[in-house]
Amino acid sequence: MKSETIQATDNSEAADVVPLTADENKAIYKELRWQGLWKNNPGIVQLLGLCPLLAVTNTVTNALGLAIATLFVLVASNTLISLIRHHVQKAIRIPIFVMIIASLVTCVQLLMNAYTYELYLSLGIFIPLIVTNCIIIGRAEAFASKNSVKHAAYDGLMMGLGFGGVLLLLGAIREVLAQGTLLDGIETMLGEWSSVLTITLYHTDTSFLLAALPPGAFIIMGIIIASKNAIDYHLENRAKKKLVSQAEQSIENKG
Amino acid sequence: MAFISASSPHQRTRRSSSQIMVWVMLCLIPGVALQSYFFGLTNIVQILLAGIVALSAEAAILKLRKRPIINTLKDGSALLTGILIAISIPPLAPWWVVVIGTLFAIIFVKQLYGGLGQNIFNPAMAAYVVLLISFPVQMTSWLPMLSLQPFELSILDQLNTVLTGHTLDGYSVAQMSISIDGLTMATPLDTLKNSLKSGFTTTEIFDSATYKASSSQAIMWVNLGFLFGGAILLAKRIILWMIPISFLAGMMLFSFIAFAYQPDLNGSPLFHLLSGATMLGAFFILTDPVSASTTVKGRLFYGFLIAFIVVLIRNIGGYPDAVAFAVLLGNMCVPLIDYYTQPKVYGGRT
Repeated sequence: MKSETIQATDNSEAADVVPLTADENKAIYKELRWQGLWKNNPGIVQLLGLCPLLAVTNTVTNALGLAIATLFVLVASNTLISLIRHHVQKAIRIPIFVMIIASLVTCVQLLMNAYTYELYLSLGIFIPLIVTNCIIIGRAEAFASKNSVKHAAYDGLMMGLGFGGVLLLLGAIREVLAQGTLLDGIETMLGEWSSVLTITLYHTDTSFLLAALPPGAFIIMGIIIASKNAIDYHLENRAKKKLVSQAEQSIENKG
Repeated sequence: MAFISASSPHQRTRRSSSQIMVWVMLCLIPGVALQSYFFGLTNIVQILLAGIVALSAEAAILKLRKRPIINTLKDGSALLTGILIAISIPPLAPWWVVVIGTLFAIIFVKQLYGGLGQNIFNPAMAAYVVLLISFPVQMTSWLPMLSLQPFELSILDQLNTVLTGHTLDGYSVAQMSISIDGLTMATPLDTLKNSLKSGFTTTEIFDSATYKASSSQAIMWVNLGFLFGGAILLAKRIILWMIPISFLAGMMLFSFIAFAYQPDLNGSPLFHLLSGATMLGAFFILTDPVSASTTVKGRLFYGFLIAFIVVLIRNIGGYPDAVAFAVLLGNMCVPLIDYYTQPKVYGGRT
């Protein structure tokens, strides 16, 4: 469903052959932003990549590390796959996509191993597991393999930001509940200077361990999804009321 | 005047949920009274606190959900959940433990699933597990019974401990649980588990000074108190016999198997029956009409299954007591149990 809505506005063949007008282009980018960040958010609407989402978000630092890694892989894989989309046999496209994604993830893993070793240790198995993250193969198959390079890269960026946003929100809530801090251990990622970024909201001898454990992640994730749905419901109601009042006014004017 | 002729049974008492809940609360009194007698009056404080929090949380959520507030509060189920949580936590636990537990039970386990009758998990036990996992230190500091404590604890000391974590003289709960000869005193199940890990046999443990300081007798009496209350519930037909009887029979059977297999490493059936939360669980927790099985055969199996898990965790697992975990695991199996134990419709094909 999600890909259809975009395809309608952005047909790959047409996009390459007929140059789009500036307004059309703008509309496409706006649609991609809206889809990736809110309406079709990979974290809280598509519920893809739940395994890393729930497993590594016990601190903001871990969440940020995974968010950046996923964002990078998503943008790069979308770009590469869009570049080669005319040259890949349809029958073997999935293995080829997976190989591209796997090479990118290996790059990320080696980079993190070299420059942010402690973060690399604390994320552990979840860095190589980005390969199996359904968001990446999902966007490659549903969007990048059918759309122009610019649009595919932008879609990767927006989906990555949407996913990263959910990671950070979940990480922040869990870290505050469990330890009373924010950005604890950020120096493992950004270097010594950044330890000033750590915010301590309150001190406690008895941390609320549940928030740091996977069940807590599930519960908080449920609350985030519920609040997103509540906001949508509220917006929809308001739009409906506006429509009704407009209709009533127009009837009165005519009458 | 019309004569209504109905087939037997001709006389029956109809009880509303609130009457049932009141009876259950009344029947908790013997056990709670014994608990207060042995461990001090702070469990009453915890019960009051839990009751107030439970009622206000329920009222707040009902208001958010736009449901009738007063009528729902009157059914007493929220109050009972709060009371059960307060009974199961250590009497000297800090006040916020019981508050967090009750809020979790009412908001997350009960109301988010749709309120009374909709929750798949027993709210009190789910809250207990959340507390046990989140605050292991506070949830396992059971003090020895008052008469065994190295110094006198006045009621003010106890109150102060609940409110601030220290007695008036500044002793923490951890300091209070160390006796004069430097032995840490815990519950009988705790002592058994820890001593078994350090290589003692059960006979040695039951004779040891540590075990004698573990208020085993007090816990036995409290269990007997709950057994008495439970017997009244059974006699009044507030709860049906299937779950408690099958649970207790299962406890005896499975702990006897373990005991007969390795008497040096496993407690006797009587020890298991009268320690931990066995009796409270059998009559007051497993019998929760919402989250338990609803068919005759299903109830028998449900009690048996939970007994099996309790004995398994107590004898082999890492936690000293297991009623809460076992009840939650049993709750998960209830839809399956109910599906396979549906009674035949009268006259239906076999």
